[in-house]
Amino acid sequence: MSTDDLKKTPLFDAHVAAGARMVPFAGYAMPVQYKDGVLKEHLWTREHAGLFDVSHMGQARLRGENPAKSFEKVVSADYQGLKAGKQRYGVLLNAQGGIIDDLMTARPDDDGLFVVVNGACKDNDYKIIAETLAGEATVERLEDRALLALQGPEAAAVLAAHVPEAATMVFMDAKALTAFGVPAIISRSGYTGEDGYEISVPASDAARIWNTLLEDERVKPIGLGARDSLRLEAGLPLYGHDLDETVSPIEAGLNFAVGKSRREAGDYLGADRIAKELAGELARVRVNLKVLEGAPAREGADIADADGNVIGKVTSGGFGPSFGGAIAIGFVPPAFAVIGATLKVIVRGKPAAAEVVASPFVPTRYVRKL
Amino acid sequence: MRFTKDHEWVAVEGDIATVGITAYAAEQLGDVVFVEVPEVGKTVAQGEGLAVVESVKAASDVYAPVSGEVVEANAELGDAPETVNAAPEAGGWFAKLKLSNPAEVDALMDRDAYEAFLATL
Repeated sequence: MSTDDLKKTPLFDAHVAAGARMVPFAGYAMPVQYKDGVLKEHLWTREHAGLFDVSHMGQARLRGENPAKSFEKVVSADYQGLKAGKQRYGVLLNAQGGIIDDLMTARPDDDGLFVVVNGACKDNDYKIIAETLAGEATVERLEDRALLALQGPEAAAVLAAHVPEAATMVFMDAKALTAFGVPAIISRSGYTGEDGYEISVPASDAARIWNTLLEDERVKPIGLGARDSLRLEAGLPLYGHDLDETVSPIEAGLNFAVGKSRREAGDYLGADRIAKELAGELARVRVNLKVLEGAPAREGADIADADGNVIGKVTSGGFGPSFGGAIAIGFVPPAFAVIGATLKVIVRGKPAAAEVVASPFVPTRYVRKL
Repeated sequence: MRFTKDHEWVAVEGDIATVGITAYAAEQLGDVVFVEVPEVGKTVAQGEGLAVVESVKAASDVYAPVSGEVVEANAELGDAPETVNAAPEAGGWFAKLKLSNPAEVDALMDRDAYEAFLATL
């Protein structure tokens, strides 16, 4: 695919000017890395602050009398119980309890719900959500907004210099406020395991805000390559790789995405399977693997038991720059998902030892209280 | 030194060819975090996989630019894969091959031809 056929975010020119290598991703031309390269960008984010363009992701408003109630028919999270100023992770489910997409839903103000979904899934998501809400609530795609993520231990100090209110927020707070002179929606969250923010702003102001943040010497632009290695180290699954329409939230270890009240009510698509899995009927579960020898095990590599019998597959894997070695996420039957157990990953026909380890690979640094 | 369109280089001394990837290839790959070198004694034909070089993002094959038997592999890359980025056309070599068909070397590009090829990319 030539980049001419791809959509561009409002920051396309800024990426090119900064020397980014642009690649097709979710139908957009996106920066996979800048001049420093994936390794340095990854480490910079863990030590300072990284700025990411995630404007390819879908942003939408759900409005109506009780949009959360309607939305809950197809998501297992407790969104009716979502308090004002908070955000909560959820999964959009099919009738078999498989994951159509994972998403974030916030109540940043009194204008319904604000939902952020994956770029590659957004058209299908909105169609399903619109059908689900039909007659009860509406879904409006916010095509005129960009989304920036500022992540890393210095992100809070950087953003507070421009948006003092950001310093009063904790992990998973989400607020509509005026920032950089424009209406913004800011959440204290992200996809790196670090403290940080996701900042929704009008597309027309995105480049100005991007450049303003980059004027701070603590901030560097970070591409999708490092975004992937950062989220992998943080043990965060990636849709289309670790999650798909056959995987349930329980298999994926996302039990927190099924609200307590929702488990009792069982009033959502796919609830039968999820109830069975919560009761212990599980065919496979997600594991984190530390590859003890040889090459990184990447997506598609087989996972075998000690005797060499294939028991599962790696769904994401690579080198963890902060972890300092090869790490992977995969799925195996529950009997093998024992922390400390040694399994094998098969890379280019060669078995290599891999240890089941706890998630995350690198400690997360979310700011849960001030 | 001779070059392939896959961005490998070969330096020949007698009947031994040292093989690596070019500075251009190393730059395109990004930071190398792991290198799988071939076992000594392995015989490879021109164009076959010789080594695998892994960046944070992806694994890439390195093809044998010439046919021959592996007589030495660069063991230092095990502990220092970053040498491929630091010195791709020197200390970052992958393997030494005993040439089985020296004529293959002559058919490869010289430096000028390779530079001209890079200009077309």
